[in-house]
Amino acid sequence: MSSSTRTEEHREAPARSAARQRRAARVPIYRPSDFLWENDPERCKRCKRCVQQCGFQAISWEDGPVADSSKCAGCHRCEAFCPEQAITIRPNPQYLRPHPLWTESHRRNLWLQAETGGVLLAAMGNDLPYPVLWDHLLLDACQVTNPSIDPLREPMELRTHLGRKPDRVEISWQEGEPELTGEPYPALELETPMVFAAMSYGSISLPTQKAIAMAAEELGIMWNTGEGGLHADLRPYSHRAFVQCASGRFGVHAGYLNAGAAVEIKIGQGAKPGIGGHLPGEKVSAEVSETRMIPAGSDALSPAPQHDIYSIEDLRQLIYALKEATSYEKPVSVKIAAVHNVAAIASGIVRAGADIIYLDGFRGGTGAAPTMIRDHLGIPIEIALAVVDQQLRDEGIRNQVSIIAAGGIRSSADAAKAIALGADAVGLGTAALLALGCTLCQRCYTGRCSWGITTQDPALTRRLDPYLGSQRLINLVRAWSAELKEILGAMGVNAIESLRGSRERLRAVGLDRTTADILGVKPAGIGA
Amino acid sequence: MRASSFDRGNRMISGCGLSGLMSLTGERVDGRAIRASLALLHDRANGLGGGFAAYGIYPEWADKHALHLMYYTTDAQQKTEALLERDFEVDHDERIPTRYHPNVVDPPALMRYFVTPRHSALMNSQLQPDEFVLRQVMHVNAEVPDAYVFSSGRNMGAFKAVGYAEDIADFYRLEEYQAYIWIGHGRFPTNTPGWWAGAHPFTLLDWAVVHNGEISSYGINKRYLEMFGYQCTMRTDTEVMAYLLDLLIRRHELPVEVACDVMAAPFWEHIELMPERRQRAYTALRQVYASALVNGPFAIIFARQGEMVGLNDRIKLRPLVAARRDTWLYLSSEEAGIRAMCPEPDHVWAPRAGQPVIGRLGSDVVVGDPWQQEAPPREATAVGGTK
Repeated sequence: MSSSTRTEEHREAPARSAARQRRAARVPIYRPSDFLWENDPERCKRCKRCVQQCGFQAISWEDGPVADSSKCAGCHRCEAFCPEQAITIRPNPQYLRPHPLWTESHRRNLWLQAETGGVLLAAMGNDLPYPVLWDHLLLDACQVTNPSIDPLREPMELRTHLGRKPDRVEISWQEGEPELTGEPYPALELETPMVFAAMSYGSISLPTQKAIAMAAEELGIMWNTGEGGLHADLRPYSHRAFVQCASGRFGVHAGYLNAGAAVEIKIGQGAKPGIGGHLPGEKVSAEVSETRMIPAGSDALSPAPQHDIYSIEDLRQLIYALKEATSYEKPVSVKIAAVHNVAAIASGIVRAGADIIYLDGFRGGTGAAPTMIRDHLGIPIEIALAVVDQQLRDEGIRNQVSIIAAGGIRSSADAAKAIALGADAVGLGTAALLALGCTLCQRCYTGRCSWGITTQDPALTRRLDPYLGSQRLINLVRAWSAELKEILGAMGVNAIESLRGSRERLRAVGLDRTTADILGVKPAGIGA
Repeated sequence: MRASSFDRGNRMISGCGLSGLMSLTGERVDGRAIRASLALLHDRANGLGGGFAAYGIYPEWADKHALHLMYYTTDAQQKTEALLERDFEVDHDERIPTRYHPNVVDPPALMRYFVTPRHSALMNSQLQPDEFVLRQVMHVNAEVPDAYVFSSGRNMGAFKAVGYAEDIADFYRLEEYQAYIWIGHGRFPTNTPGWWAGAHPFTLLDWAVVHNGEISSYGINKRYLEMFGYQCTMRTDTEVMAYLLDLLIRRHELPVEVACDVMAAPFWEHIELMPERRQRAYTALRQVYASALVNGPFAIIFARQGEMVGLNDRIKLRPLVAARRDTWLYLSSEEAGIRAMCPEPDHVWAPRAGQPVIGRLGSDVVVGDPWQQEAPPREATAVGGTK
């Protein structure tokens, strides 16, 4: 992948390296822009703020703001900061004759590739209209025969523990007091069944990662370093972190592994199953270089596989190498993309010794992925979660592992449905970035994020205040938690574990029978 | 009694009636007292199911598993008896004695067998006798259509049917049995069909459970039990109670008090207040047995050989009252239900949410009895309405 020329979807690609320029002879071709940028000269006070705010350098000053619409990412930064509301960004009304097969996006992609000869790049999650199964699942509620519980008046528990659990607890009865026999396995305690998804320093800015880490600490949940190492500024928050060990091994050393609360082996990512991460050299600043332990300005290419894992027994070796390195004091998580055979793979991972499985569905976000990979590989998290949970139960090993489900969790209702399908917790990636002001313009791979989220340009990263950002994340997670409590109460249970895996409380609407069976969910209309 | 507001609001609509009595010295009485209690609780049932379990009724077969079976077809009976013949030495079999009763209609064939697992069958399966019996019971209930094992313990038996509990007591001639523990149930089924095998008590080996409530966590409790080989076949949520008790107490060897704290787990905020050793144990219990937490409104009475236990859900959404007189322990949905068995108890109390009342044969200490100075209830007085 990494050796071929990459090009950005729908917009001019700045030349990234001489090598690429040599390969790709650019042959311009007509392509209408995605957006039209308009300024109302009557309102405009000529403050030039829009020129400064645009991270994509789409706006220039020629006795007034002038935009190159073809460069506009539609991130709305300029519009948000225009004091006079003079700016309007709208879809380009330039009319292409519709065609059901050769849709506009196919034509645009094709033109771009004809022009550049590159691999299409994309960011954030899959944007094709595949069915969203969450929207075909409904939760149960109590009426009459079992009372609903009011979360404002009764205790309502969301506390969740991640990690391997033994089959049974051995209790001896000492002088009227129960006493635990033996040592429990290490567990991560979450105050609410959510974690922040892995987003590396490098793909996101330091203030972004700091906001996430601060929020995780305040909320009593976990954040994840991603594969970019642990920046010195984030050390104080590392006791709430998964430290990731991915195929590039960026920033991995004994101190790093022991700094985290848990270690995560990244095998795959929902947005790009089967390929490794790619951080362009432009984003490898001095600080990123130090944290990742790679030369500044060099592309950070993670190999597609982990080069010491070519089979399940190799994974077992790495799991135990990491456990040895951390004195068996930290749970080891294995993150995989949801692919067709995910159930059997997950079973192997449990038997290889993992304590947590992080399942990332095909709608999961990314800072950069080839468009075709992002949009056409993998399976939905709803399905993957259902089959993994069932497979582990069939084998009687579900208790040996906790499952984190991620890849398109949009609301507390999605989270509740995921938990009912069998997840122990859900991962919030895209949702967290949205809370920080991301508008989902999907141009993270350019490193020019105007909101200071997915960029390393100091002029842009300083736009995000980690403290204010963390407050927004805290608000979001608290709001979702409050909603989860409302949902639990309406369902008549007062602990999250009574919803976990309780598919009896889910019903399917508008799903074919096979899908409903795979999800283990009855159709709406069937009672108890 | 100290019942929550939920409880009062809910009673009219979904009120099963429960009662239990136990002699702590093993003195045996016939079934008339428990019948009287359930007759008084008539309005808590709707005639769609009732039943009883009695301990100490088969002293002459005390070391045999007493299998009570319902057959809806002769084919089912033939198949099941062939299975029994293959795997067990059947020491005695007979029709369960019944009498004509106009309110008990369409009974299945009711048989009982006193059996011992065959040595060869045990060797082939590599199972202990109890585990072997359990698997066979599960097998018949799940795989043989129209045959249901509704009792499989030693020196105990369950008797249940569709009808009102007092009619069922007469139908089964319970006044002819002598037992030191009687538990009974009148059913008001809402979510699941009223059918003979679906009536309470639910039993498995020595366990018998009667239940008032609806298990809102049924879905996950069932899936959790399936991991351990239990198959829920009775189309009702109560059977998970019996299986959970079997798993926690017989197979995982948890003390009964601790098993109760798994099913009606203390809240985290209360675990945090516990002394360190206890906190460690309870943290592990909640982590490991998260899927065994029985959530939703329930009051249950369960029994096994030598033990009778009453338990409420963790916020007491269903009524349960306990009382003692001399060496007798009584449990019922209502105080009136107790006074129908024992007009003048020494003292009556409403057990707190999630706090078990445990009577043990040969011990005059009843766990959870607040009148008992030497064994105060667990941290019951520390916190207000809930545990």
